[in-house]
Amino acid sequence: MRAILIALLAATGLAAALSGCGSGPQSQTPAAVEDRKPGADGGRPVDTLKVKPVDVTGGPAGTALGALKDPANILSRRSIFYDFDKFDVKEEYRGLVEAHARYLRENPAARMLIQGNTDERGSREYNVSLGQRRSDGVKKMLLLLGARENQVETVSLGEEKPQDPGHGEAAWAKNRRSDLLYSGEY
Amino acid sequence: MKQTAKRWLGLLCWMLLASMPAAHAQLSIEITGAGANRIPVAVAPFAGEAALGEGIAAVVRADLERSGLFRLLEVPQQSPALTEAAAVNYAEWRARLADALVLGSVSARTDGRFEARFRLYDVVKNQTLGGIAYTLSREQARATAHRIADFVYEKLIGEKGVFSTRIAYVVKRSATRYELQIADADGLNELNVLTSNEPIISPTWSPEGRRLAYVSFEAKKPVVYVHSLTDGKRYAVAHFRGSNSAPAWAPDGKVLAVVLSVDGGSQIYFINADGSGPRRRLAASSAIDTEPRFSPDGQWLYFTSDRGGSPQVYRMPVAGGEPQRMTFEGSYNVTPRLSPDGKILAYVTRNAGRFQVALLDLGNRQLQIITDSEQDESPSFAPNGRMILLATVLGGRGVLAAVSADGRIRQRLPYSGGDVREPAWGPFID
Repeated sequence: MRAILIALLAATGLAAALSGCGSGPQSQTPAAVEDRKPGADGGRPVDTLKVKPVDVTGGPAGTALGALKDPANILSRRSIFYDFDKFDVKEEYRGLVEAHARYLRENPAARMLIQGNTDERGSREYNVSLGQRRSDGVKKMLLLLGARENQVETVSLGEEKPQDPGHGEAAWAKNRRSDLLYSGEY
Repeated sequence: MKQTAKRWLGLLCWMLLASMPAAHAQLSIEITGAGANRIPVAVAPFAGEAALGEGIAAVVRADLERSGLFRLLEVPQQSPALTEAAAVNYAEWRARLADALVLGSVSARTDGRFEARFRLYDVVKNQTLGGIAYTLSREQARATAHRIADFVYEKLIGEKGVFSTRIAYVVKRSATRYELQIADADGLNELNVLTSNEPIISPTWSPEGRRLAYVSFEAKKPVVYVHSLTDGKRYAVAHFRGSNSAPAWAPDGKVLAVVLSVDGGSQIYFINADGSGPRRRLAASSAIDTEPRFSPDGQWLYFTSDRGGSPQVYRMPVAGGEPQRMTFEGSYNVTPRLSPDGKILAYVTRNAGRFQVALLDLGNRQLQIITDSEQDESPSFAPNGRMILLATVLGGRGVLAAVSADGRIRQRLPYSGGDVREPAWGPFID
């Protein structure tokens, strides 16, 4: 019994330490704990253990999680679109970026991946770099607004993942974008 | 007018070809100007080659024809078949207007394999230019034919042939299926190297031709892999936080230049190709630096950078030093590729909204645009420097084409479905 208690304490301690150092483990299924019926070792009373739940999934339970998915909430908006050859975040997306910065600030365990994208014109590798510049630009804004460095990873998908596979300006406008994803969504 | 008509006819042929399966693909080659001055060559059917299925002579003929440097003469079947063993009637071949002649034979060995022999004759000078005997299995018939074509090419043109080299490229079958393939230089004999649900870009051959480095998005972000072709073993050689892309092999095959965003921006680093040791940063800039390529002598690193306000090609010493701007005309010059002798810089230039392949002679600074489509990308020199493989778009689909370095010979590679892109011509293999 004592051994189980130590193991449990060690496990919760480890989880707390992990969440503290912010390395953001991706596992969402807690480790299985062996279930022993009380009384098996002679009927002594079982110690009750108070456990403080730690959530490291980045998608906190309850209202917050709902907020990320709720179409009425600005947090459900995840794409920032750009003009041709531009990487500055246009004024119309300021509210969106501010909302996500606030969310990251209030949920230190939350982790975000920003994927920068470009339209199909030009060199694939140069477009990887252009997409990176777009995602980096969004991250910079988020950090200025209080998100932590280790919460946000920026990558580029270049021209490889168009939202609209068509050709021409209407399609290209949808493909020049940054997508904001929370862990569990990528 | 005649040129325009010819071009349209060529385009029509290409589009027709694009709708045909590979098995029925025919040669699609367009030759302009002085390229029509081709060496007339006769390649007789090899005696007994039917035992090898498609045989040898047809593949040799197709190779030579595709180079644009030879005119292949019709040689009817004769009985008994001509072979390299009999004496050659030079006068008769001269009367048929041949400058050179290839005769050969195939015979079965007792061990189940075959022997293929050939001899090349200079009909004008009444002499043999040599021949070789190969032992092969049935599966090696095409490879043997490519070697014979290389021999003929080298003897008659005076430089190494590239028919037995390979190309790599990516086929997008659907939004969720990508295949990294290699094929013979004629685009046939395709082999799947990697299949993925996510995009693959930038395949590039190791100098010895047994490994590919490429960028895969299977981890939902760009990661650089090194992939050994024969055993299929692969490892992520650059998988840092952020994006990892644009691999380029150093000529020694031990070091890769890659582009990483781990320290911010898109910057060029050197890493060991076996994944050991730390990353070494080439230089620090606040601009985009990408698409690195080593010069063949390993002294220079060419790359694309927008440090001057628009993307242009620069180079800097691998040992470190001041970057030099190499391209000046136009506002979008990307994807630098050096010819094997290091004298010509190929790159992609945007020209009134169209992306075309340009060649810059590094000696006299002469610039030539050698393609005229809308979206020509990823130029890649043949290891003898004669042809440049590239990706283009035809009828809304990506296809591969090759253009001679003088721009006069154009050919389209066989199309076997999907959206084909990111070609890379492999090195000579022994």
